[in-house]
Amino acid sequence: MTEIDELDALIDAGTAVLGIAVAPEWREQIRLHLAISLRHAAAVEAFPLPDETDPAPVFQA
Amino acid sequence: MNDWTTASSIAAAVQDGSVSASEVTRAALGRIERHNPSLNAFTSVTAERAITRARALGDARVAGTPLGPLAGVPFAVKNLIDIAGLPTRAGSRINRTRPPAAADATLIARLEAAGAVLVGALNMGEYAYDFTGENSHDGPSRNPHDLTRMTGGSSGGSGGAVAGGLVPLALGSDTNGSIRVPASFCGLFGLKPTFGRLSRAGSFPFVASLDHLGPLARSVADLALAYDAMQGPDPLDPACAQRACEPAVPTLPHGAGGLRIAVAGGYFQDGASPEALQAAARVADALSATQTVELPEAARARSAAYVITTTEGAALHLERLRTRADEFDPDVRDRLIAGALLPAPFAVQAQKFRRWYRDAVLRCFAGIDAIIAPATPTTAPLIGQKTFVLDGVEVPLRPNIGVYTQPISFIGLPVVVVPVATDALPIGVQIIAPPWREDIALRIACDLEQRGIAEARHPAGMA
Repeated sequence: MTEIDELDALIDAGTAVLGIAVAPEWREQIRLHLAISLRHAAAVEAFPLPDETDPAPVFQA
Repeated sequence: MNDWTTASSIAAAVQDGSVSASEVTRAALGRIERHNPSLNAFTSVTAERAITRARALGDARVAGTPLGPLAGVPFAVKNLIDIAGLPTRAGSRINRTRPPAAADATLIARLEAAGAVLVGALNMGEYAYDFTGENSHDGPSRNPHDLTRMTGGSSGGSGGAVAGGLVPLALGSDTNGSIRVPASFCGLFGLKPTFGRLSRAGSFPFVASLDHLGPLARSVADLALAYDAMQGPDPLDPACAQRACEPAVPTLPHGAGGLRIAVAGGYFQDGASPEALQAAARVADALSATQTVELPEAARARSAAYVITTTEGAALHLERLRTRADEFDPDVRDRLIAGALLPAPFAVQAQKFRRWYRDAVLRCFAGIDAIIAPATPTTAPLIGQKTFVLDGVEVPLRPNIGVYTQPISFIGLPVVVVPVATDALPIGVQIIAPPWREDIALRIACDLEQRGIAEARHPAGMA
């Protein structure tokens, strides 16, 4: 499976689950932005953090 | 009084009666009528409201009622900020079918309580997911220094209106750089305050974790006047801090003397154009800032800001993506759909990394009072431009204009952008302070302004 195939599989499955209808002419840009977002996400995930680290926004009751 | 008169000077003249608020308002409305067709900064002009408000200020003066520190100052707001009686369009076509706002946003009410006069709503990139100031529904905001160039965004109309001399003061919003980018491209002073300092109540959101509101102006005194008038807790915004007003205006005369200022190195030097690096170096020289500080993991901080932005933005707009996707600006729609597809663990991990990065950056401020960094990698690109060269690589322009602003707003640090005086296109430099120390950034900006290093220059082509 190529990267394009994987991204298209995610686009197809994800938009179906979310109920978003994607016109064929939108796909190329969605794929481009999804690839960029996944690269940023991978950079974040590659940084080891302790399990105990709290996420940043702390709800105050 | 002319198109470049500062808010401070207008207020002083209205207070002493040498000019009336009505005269100032009529002059501003006249400038908007003359120049907005070319600048495309305003999407609504609230002329009747402004004239009524100015007349009331005149009546109050005659009655001996003291006028506020912004008496008679015309101002306008990015059109994601509620104006009573208008639908809050947030740069979108979809929102135009919303009912009109029932009340003004908190910040409008506070500026008007200080005597300012609202004259309208300003163009912006759709739903604030934008660094260009372009808008497929309303047309692009145009840069007063060169009408073929971007204002920057998403607060594009805010930049164009102030740099074009239409108003001396405007409000914008900044999630990843949307005040600081237009300030840089349009040659203005802009303040992105500490996250939680100014109320966001009555503004259309984008990314609740990162959204800030703040002012743009042509002088530091004006920025500080507006900032002081808008401070204070607000129960209507759960993120607004329970901090009393900490006035910055009285601290401006203290100057930059004695402050320890460093230059952001590494990430904040990579990829910047010669213009951006020269501007930052000029500010550093003027402030005798010889120390360099490396903000750890700044590139990853930008990535985490990107992930939080795209996922929270997608969540906000999910129902509209389901039912009205074809009514979005295509550039915004495609990024939001991509954001909706990003697995949730990434967003949580980005928020955890935000905690780590905040602690790491705050340690950098030990022994340092402020940090200097470029605001944008280049001067204003051409309207319609899709790519630019960053660090030797051609990259998409839209998502990358904010490379130097995103790692700062990601942890809510206060920043003043100063326009560095140049005969070419303007470019700004960020003065970054520790949380809740807007006063430090404003003092440094004021010092640079008084010494002629920073200056909001009148665009050559505007009369």
